[in-house]
Amino acid sequence: MQRIDYPGLGMAVCTAALPNGLAVYVAPRPGWRKCRAAFVTNYGGADRRFSLDGEAHDTPAGVAHYLEHKMFDMPYGSADDQFSARGASANAYTSEAVTSYHFTCTGRFEENLRTLLQFVSTPYFTPETVAKERGIIGQEIAEDEDDPSWACYLRCLRLLYGDGVLGSSVLGTAASIADITDKTLCACHKAFYAPANMVLCVAGDVDPEAVERIALEVLPGAKAPLPERDWGQDPGLEPAETREERTMDVAAPLFCAGIKLGSAGTGPDGLTARLTAELALRCLWGRSAPAYLDLYEKGLLNDSFRFEAAYAAGVGHITLEGESADPEAALAALLAAAERDMDPAFFQRQKKALYGGFVRMLDDFFELTETLAEGHFAGFDPLDVPAALDKIAPADVTAWVREHIVPARAALAVVRPKEDK
Amino acid sequence: MQRTRKELFPGVFLTCLRTDKFRTGLLSLHLVTQLTAGTASQNALIPSVLRRGTVSAPDMAALAARLDGLYGARIEPSVRKLGELQCVGFTADFVEVLGQDQLGAVASLLGEMLLAPNTRGGLLLPGYVEGEKQKLIEDIRARMNDRAEYAQLRLVELMCPGEDYAVDALGTEEEARSVGYVALTRHYRALLASAPIEIFYCGAADPAAVASAMTDALAALPRGELDGDIGTDIRMNTVEEAPRVFTEELDVGQGKLAVGYRLGEAMEEPDMAALRVMDALFGGVWPSKLTANVRERLSLCYYVYSELDLMKGIMTVSSGIDPADYEKALAEIGRQLQAVKDGDITEGEMNVARAAVSTRMLALTDDAAALEKFWLGQDLLGLDYGPEELAALAEDVTAADVAKAAAGVACDAVYFLHGGEEEDAED
Repeated sequence: MQRIDYPGLGMAVCTAALPNGLAVYVAPRPGWRKCRAAFVTNYGGADRRFSLDGEAHDTPAGVAHYLEHKMFDMPYGSADDQFSARGASANAYTSEAVTSYHFTCTGRFEENLRTLLQFVSTPYFTPETVAKERGIIGQEIAEDEDDPSWACYLRCLRLLYGDGVLGSSVLGTAASIADITDKTLCACHKAFYAPANMVLCVAGDVDPEAVERIALEVLPGAKAPLPERDWGQDPGLEPAETREERTMDVAAPLFCAGIKLGSAGTGPDGLTARLTAELALRCLWGRSAPAYLDLYEKGLLNDSFRFEAAYAAGVGHITLEGESADPEAALAALLAAAERDMDPAFFQRQKKALYGGFVRMLDDFFELTETLAEGHFAGFDPLDVPAALDKIAPADVTAWVREHIVPARAALAVVRPKEDK
Repeated sequence: MQRTRKELFPGVFLTCLRTDKFRTGLLSLHLVTQLTAGTASQNALIPSVLRRGTVSAPDMAALAARLDGLYGARIEPSVRKLGELQCVGFTADFVEVLGQDQLGAVASLLGEMLLAPNTRGGLLLPGYVEGEKQKLIEDIRARMNDRAEYAQLRLVELMCPGEDYAVDALGTEEEARSVGYVALTRHYRALLASAPIEIFYCGAADPAAVASAMTDALAALPRGELDGDIGTDIRMNTVEEAPRVFTEELDVGQGKLAVGYRLGEAMEEPDMAALRVMDALFGGVWPSKLTANVRERLSLCYYVYSELDLMKGIMTVSSGIDPADYEKALAEIGRQLQAVKDGDITEGEMNVARAAVSTRMLALTDDAAALEKFWLGQDLLGLDYGPEELAALAEDVTAADVAKAAAGVACDAVYFLHGGEEEDAED
C-alpha cells in the first residue's frame, strides 16, 4: 500500500488499487476505539439508463435504493444479524450519485469487514423477498411525503430538472417501484457492483495491510467491464420550471430554492471548483455573511436556514432551505448578495473558518470515509484541502459568484400552511 | 482519557476529560434549573438573546467575525431537557491542532456572552429579546414539521399531566409570547445567581489550564443562594389502570404511533446496565424484537424503535405505520413487550443486545459531543462511572436481569397521529 502523510493534519492515508479495479483507502487512527468501513459503489438514483455488454437497460426510479435494501439478504439470512451478533452496527444509504454500505464497530473489525465485502458482492434475491420489501419501502416513501422539508426539497429538484434523472426522489414512487423484480435488481448489481466501480474506505485503529489482504481474499479477482451510463440530455443551466407552491400542515412557510451549477469537473481542478463554490457560498450566505445577518434581523430567516452544493450525474446544483414568512423576498435578497463587493478581511476570515470546518470533519469517521469515497470517484485527493484552499484568491470567488449566482438559474419551491390559502 | 471534576465557585462544577485523540476541543456551560410551566420559555430564550451580542462584540456580525477569526470556532445556544431539569447555556467547539490558545479565547468569549451581554441601562436590548422571542415561537410552532418527534412530544404532554415532565424544553407559544425584556432581564439575573452550573471540557488541554481559563472567564459571576430544590420526580405507576389512548389528526398519509410506558419498580434501585440492555433487546437497537417482528416479519413499518429516559423512568416506542395497521402494530408491540417480561428471550437476542449496548458505550468515547451529553446526565444523577464501566456491566447482564428490569413496565398512554378519514382530494 502507498502511504500519504499529511503532516499539517497530523494524519496519513494508505491507499491501494487492486487488480480487480477496487480502490482502497485506509486512514489509520491510533488510540480510537471505533472503526468505520464504507464500501461504496459509484451508482445512485440518477443511474437509471445504462448499457452493459451491448444490452441497454432502462430501469424505473427507485431501483438503486430498492437494491440497497435487498443487498442485506444472504442465503444464511440477513447480513445484519452477523454484524449485530458482534455488536457492530451496519447500515446503508442511497444518494443520487452513490450507494454506500457501512458499519461501525469497536471490536472484531476484520470479521465485520469480511461480512461487509461478502454481502455487498453477493446478489441473493428471490421473487418473494423482493415483493415483501415493497411494503417497507412503501412506508419509507410515505414518510418522506409527509415530511414537509423533504417534500419541499423534492419539489425543488423537480423544478430544476423536470423529468430528468435528477428530477425525482432516489426512493422512487409507489408506482415506479411496483414493477421492480429480482431480475431488475440482478441486472443492476451486475452492472454497478463490480469492484472496479467501487471504493472501500476505512478509518480507525486498524492495520491497512489487513484491509487490503481481506479485500483481495473476499472479492472477485477479475476486472469486470464497466457499464456505460446515459443520464439523458444535458439538463442545461436553466430550471425546467421556476416556481411551485403547495400547502401542507406546517406552522410557517418552508422554502427550498435551487440554483443550477453545471459540472464541477474532475481531478484536482474538480477539488478547486468545489472548494471555490463552498467558500463563495459561505461568503454569500454563511452565518457571518451580511445578507444572512440582515435577513435574520428582519425576521425573514431563522437559524433553520442552510445551504449546500451537491454534484451528481455530471452536474451540480445548490439548494437553499429554510423557513420564512416571505420566501420570495428572502430569495431575492439572497441572490442580490451576489452583487456586493467582497471585503478582503472578511474573505480571509471565511477561509480560516472553512479550514477549521475541514479539520473538524477529520474526527467524524462518517464524514471522513464518505469524503474519501467522493474524492476517489471525482478523481481528486479530498485531504488536499489546505493547499487547494490556499490558492483561491478573492477574485476567483467573485468571478465564480458572478457567473453562477444569477436569477435565471434559480427556482423556488414553497410549502405554505393550509390556512394561508 | 482522564476525568477530573472540580468546584470552581459555589455550585459551579467543571468536568474535564483530557485526551489527545481529537483535533477539536469541546467546551460547554449549562445553567441547571427546574423544568416548569411558566419559566421554560423564559429560560430557553436566555442563551439565544445572550448570543446576539456582548459588551465587546455588540452584534451578531461582530461575534461572527470574532469566531471566524478563531478558525470557525462555534459557540451555540443550548437548551436541553434532562428528566425534569432544564439545562440552558452554550456549547462551543474549536480547532486545537494549530498550537494556538483557542481555549483561552473561546472560554473568555463564552464567559462574556454569559455575564456581559449587550445591554442598555442594565436591561437586555428590547430588539434582541423581541427578535429571539419571535424565533422561539417559530421553533415551537415548527415542532409539528417533524411528524415523528411531534408525536413523541404530544405523547409525553398528554401522558404526564401535572408532572413537570410534560413541559417541553422550549415551553409553549403562549408563555413565549408573554415574555418582555424587563422581566427577562430580571429572570436572567436571578438565574445566574441561583442556578447550579455545569461546565464540561473535552480536549487536549490540561485540566488546571481549563479551570484557570474558566475561573477567569466567570470571575464576575454573581452567586446568591443556590437553588438546591431541583430534581426529577419518578412516578412509579400509571395514571389510570388501563392505558389512555389519544388520537389527533394532521394532514399526513403515514400514521405516527407513539406509546409511553412507566418503568415501574425497576426505578426503585435502577440497574442502569440491565435497563439499557432490556431497552436494546426490546426495540432500542437494530435488530431488536420490535424490528424483527413489527418491521421484518409483518412488514408494518419502515421504522420502529424504543427509547429510555432513565432520569424520569419512562420508555417510549415510536413507529410510522399505515393507519389501517394501527391495531395490528399496537398489538404486536404489546406482544413483544410481554415476551421480554416473560423471559421469552433467546441467547442470540441477548448477545445482540449486550453487544449493542457495549459497542454504543465504547464508541461514545470517540465522540466529544456524545461524551458531553453522557457526563452531563451522569453528573446530574450523581453517578460517577463512565461509558467503559457501563459497557463492561452490560456484558454481564443476563436474560433474567432483563426480564426483571421489564417486570414492572406498564403502558400508560398511546398516542396516534393520523390523516383522519378519507381526505377530500382538493389540493
